[in-house]
Amino acid sequence: MIQLAWLIPVLPLAAAFFIALFGHRTTGKGDRVGIGAMSIAFLLSVGVLLDTMGGARWAQHLTWAIHGDLVLNLGFQVDPLAAVMLVVVTVVSLMVHIFSVGYMHGDVRYKRYYAVLSLFTASMLGLVISDNLLFLFVFWELMGLCSYLLIGHYFEERANVHAANKAFLTTRVGDVGMFVGIMLLFAAGGTFRFDELAARIADGSFALPVLAVAAILLFIGPVGKSAQFPLHVWLPDAMAGPTPASALIHAATMVAAGVYLVARGYALFAPVPQALEVVAWVGAFTALFAATIALVMEDIKKVLAYSTISQLGFMVAALGVGAYTAAVFHLMTHAFFKALLFLASGSVIHAVHTQNMHQMGGLFKKLPVTGWVWLIGAGALIGIPPLSGFWSKEEILLDAWHHHPAIFWTLVAAAALTAFYTTRATYLTFFGTPRDKHAYDHAHEGGRVMTYPLMILGVLAAVSGFVASPLAGFVYFGEPHHASFDPFVFGVATAVWVLGVGLALAIYKYNLVSRRAIIQVFYPIWVVLKRRYYIDDVYQYVFVRGMIGLALVSAWFDRHVIDLIVNAVGWIGRKVSEYVDEFDRGVVDGIVNGIGGAFVVGSRVLRQVQTGFVQSYMLVLFLGLLAGLAILVIGG
Amino acid sequence: MLLSALVFIPLLGAILLAFFPKERESAIRGYALVVSLIPAVLVYLIWQQMDFSQSAMQLVIQRDWIPSLGISYKLGVDGISFPLIAVSALVLPLSILASFTIKHRVKEFFLWMLVLQTAIYGVFTALDYFLFFIFFEASLVPMYFIIGIWGGPRKEYASLKFFIYTLLGSAIMLVGILALYLGSGLRTFDVQVLAQQANLAPTLQWWIFLAFFAGFAVKVPIFPFHTWLPDAHVEAPTGGSMILAGILLKTGTYGFFRFMLPTFPDAAQAFSPVLAVLGIVGIIYGALAAMGQNDLKKMVAYSSISHMGYVVLGVAAMTPMSLNGAMFVNVSHGIISPLLFFVVASVIYDRTHTRMMDQMSGLFTKIPVAASLTAFAAFANLGLPGMAGFPGEFFTFVGSFPVYTTLVVLAAALGLVTTAGYHLWMMQRVLMGKPTGEELPDISGRELVVAAPLMICIVLLGILPGIALRLFNEPIAVLAARLGGM
Repeated sequence: MIQLAWLIPVLPLAAAFFIALFGHRTTGKGDRVGIGAMSIAFLLSVGVLLDTMGGARWAQHLTWAIHGDLVLNLGFQVDPLAAVMLVVVTVVSLMVHIFSVGYMHGDVRYKRYYAVLSLFTASMLGLVISDNLLFLFVFWELMGLCSYLLIGHYFEERANVHAANKAFLTTRVGDVGMFVGIMLLFAAGGTFRFDELAARIADGSFALPVLAVAAILLFIGPVGKSAQFPLHVWLPDAMAGPTPASALIHAATMVAAGVYLVARGYALFAPVPQALEVVAWVGAFTALFAATIALVMEDIKKVLAYSTISQLGFMVAALGVGAYTAAVFHLMTHAFFKALLFLASGSVIHAVHTQNMHQMGGLFKKLPVTGWVWLIGAGALIGIPPLSGFWSKEEILLDAWHHHPAIFWTLVAAAALTAFYTTRATYLTFFGTPRDKHAYDHAHEGGRVMTYPLMILGVLAAVSGFVASPLAGFVYFGEPHHASFDPFVFGVATAVWVLGVGLALAIYKYNLVSRRAIIQVFYPIWVVLKRRYYIDDVYQYVFVRGMIGLALVSAWFDRHVIDLIVNAVGWIGRKVSEYVDEFDRGVVDGIVNGIGGAFVVGSRVLRQVQTGFVQSYMLVLFLGLLAGLAILVIGG
Repeated sequence: MLLSALVFIPLLGAILLAFFPKERESAIRGYALVVSLIPAVLVYLIWQQMDFSQSAMQLVIQRDWIPSLGISYKLGVDGISFPLIAVSALVLPLSILASFTIKHRVKEFFLWMLVLQTAIYGVFTALDYFLFFIFFEASLVPMYFIIGIWGGPRKEYASLKFFIYTLLGSAIMLVGILALYLGSGLRTFDVQVLAQQANLAPTLQWWIFLAFFAGFAVKVPIFPFHTWLPDAHVEAPTGGSMILAGILLKTGTYGFFRFMLPTFPDAAQAFSPVLAVLGIVGIIYGALAAMGQNDLKKMVAYSSISHMGYVVLGVAAMTPMSLNGAMFVNVSHGIISPLLFFVVASVIYDRTHTRMMDQMSGLFTKIPVAASLTAFAAFANLGLPGMAGFPGEFFTFVGSFPVYTTLVVLAAALGLVTTAGYHLWMMQRVLMGKPTGEELPDISGRELVVAAPLMICIVLLGILPGIALRLFNEPIAVLAARLGGM
């Protein structure tokens, strides 16, 4: 089966083109094609995973470019890391494809949505099996395109277009850093391939400072793509896209690509502790920072958005502290439970037509399936044993504890906040009294096409944590590494989630403390959080406005300064020629024509191009000959 | 023989066209299209006869012309000129097809279009300076009339500016050619002989290099000699814009590869830092100026200036990869910019009757196919991987990085984001948002036929850049070796 690995990205790619060109002629406007392709890709992925577990590997290269004697043989490969990712991506994508049949029903751009969804998945799958930085970058950017199209799906609203632009441009800022890193690695190592780069590092061809700089530059790409501070701003706005697309973009694909890149290129990071330290702190800070904003969001999707940023921070921090397997593990469990939560929120939004949690409440009775799977997803996110998130988060915390206590405590604080905001969102949405009676009365489940994917993901979110120990012996960097159970870490983790859940329930369920009172006490902080630390505002005013201002100045400068010079030269030439012309008429001396120089010619043409063309031209030739002789005399 | 046929068949076609009665407009159009397709067939035959694994000139034809002055009629083709000839053979018929909407003085228009083709093929095949210069100058005249007669409201100003500016540049270049002729003492205008045997004093080499630079820099155009381009593009009819951006600019960059680098390697190396700075300024400044435009065509024109900056940078760095990258940008820009000009100038303008972005909105809803085409062209132009714009920029940057590290980082940091920015902003203003105004007809079959071949080539070259690289890799490698690889 593993020889067919190349088909896994090719199938959705073909589906994307087919849907785009012929989708409107098929039943279901192409959704069946997309689902069919994804189903086969999923089955193939499972087969590939099984083969890989049996020890099989696959690689395929082609000569992509030649420069002089340098031949760029680039290609694709499947190793354990890639095999696991293939399954995760295809599973989530398939669920999203199916769920969307219900959610997107009747959408004006239904066909386009499915084409882009397939292309998006194809790009992620291609990225996963790329064996070199160049191809990875290609798919990376294609995903950027697809996310742009998905986020801007409802482009009639300016705000959505802004969100799409913001996502593309913010991640592109990260891509610039990554691109410079790729150039540096190529300049120093002469290759784009991961295996060859690793070999060059192992044999000492790289100076460590160069490698450190290259690794940190490379990491800027994931900072953008995986929405780490300070390039996280695009992700919450990206919620403007259709909700199932959010499930794909923000759970299993695009945001995971950044984490995946660091894991894939871990050989570049491992020899330089400074680079890993940067990675660890960016991740840990982001985990805590995003969780604080999630506390005050009213929009159910925005809570999930900041939660995603925070959880990605956990994964990045894990990579930074050397918890390679744990990071991949959390990437997997998060893909399942966050896709579940996004789809469940989609189911809620589909039912009540609002995203504001303050207009929901009590929906558990109306949406029992959604409610139950949401509880599983929320539990996994909080890290309640034995749900999947518990196992992966526990491993990250264990390794963080052994690495550096400060990172550990930062992540613990983030975990506590996670428990709080998740409980808050759960309670506001599904429990308590309905705050919008009309919406509540009309709420109902979206049919099997929506509930079945939810249930499947619910099962995965619940049980996927149990693969911890086989995974540790399968996906690893260097030697298999399995941190042993530590009662202290377990105790702290349990204490904080209990505390977080308890506090949220005390406030939202039992009203022991009034929310209003809390807001009043912490008002300045609350405002800062509401305004997302003003980071978006600063970016808008400094970078976006600054860039546009600079552009307008450049355009003005070009028109009124540089072009002014050109026109002035033309004007002077004309004046000179008028003068020369008068002089000419009086003196009639052929050589005098030369004094006016080339401007004369220009101006003659200017005045009488129709009639004087040949004359002027001969004059140029003549002058040229003269000047050529002059140069020969001066230069020779 | 093949090359002579390639060069002169369009001219012959133009002469025959002169005998057509001018009211038979559809016959004239069809005839012009058929004539312009003959070179495409010839290019295929040339391609079959060429061996791209060697760097030598091929299919050379040489006849004495003015033996007393050492002027000969000499044509030849190698891996550097062939891709540009092939792009011309693709873009020229499509630009004629795109010009089917011309209603005014139809016969004259297509006559000039055919004359222009002879000049273009001549520029890319001539191996004698005298012959080259004639073709180089001859390309100005038809374009002058195409802009001056069939152009927009400010056509007189634009066409004159275009003509005088480039004429001034080439006048200085002519001085250089003559100085080269006299200074070398070889009494020949043969490009190859002069490149291999001219033994010029360093100072003289410098001066001649600068004289050549003046001619080609205006044509490329290199900042700050670029202001004729936005005016010329805005006023030119669509077919003219397509040729101008797709091919005529490349006659400037071609000059670097064919004449300046091989003939004056020492001067070129000494001049390289200046060239690199100009290239980077072009990339960033062009992108910023493009962002500041409200006129769609002007935006595309400035984006051409920005893209030509990549070629200049790649030439300046002189590594095999950077030169390959620059050549690739020549090719990719040669197919992307005509598509972009075609969609904004013809497809969109013909429907909305405005080029001002703030007067358009929601075209995605109103004309979905045409709008998707615009988005395709925009993403290709911004260098999205998977399309032809990417490999050239990538190899130019990666190849130049070891030589001009700081400049490349600067260009990447400012250029990549700004370039993405103005394209997205354009799409936001033009394609998205709520539709306004009356219903518009979506793309026509003829327009689709113009766009489709370009789109196919864009995707093909984006996925498999090797098919273009293998054409010029060998001559570029030889050139890089001659330049010392820096």
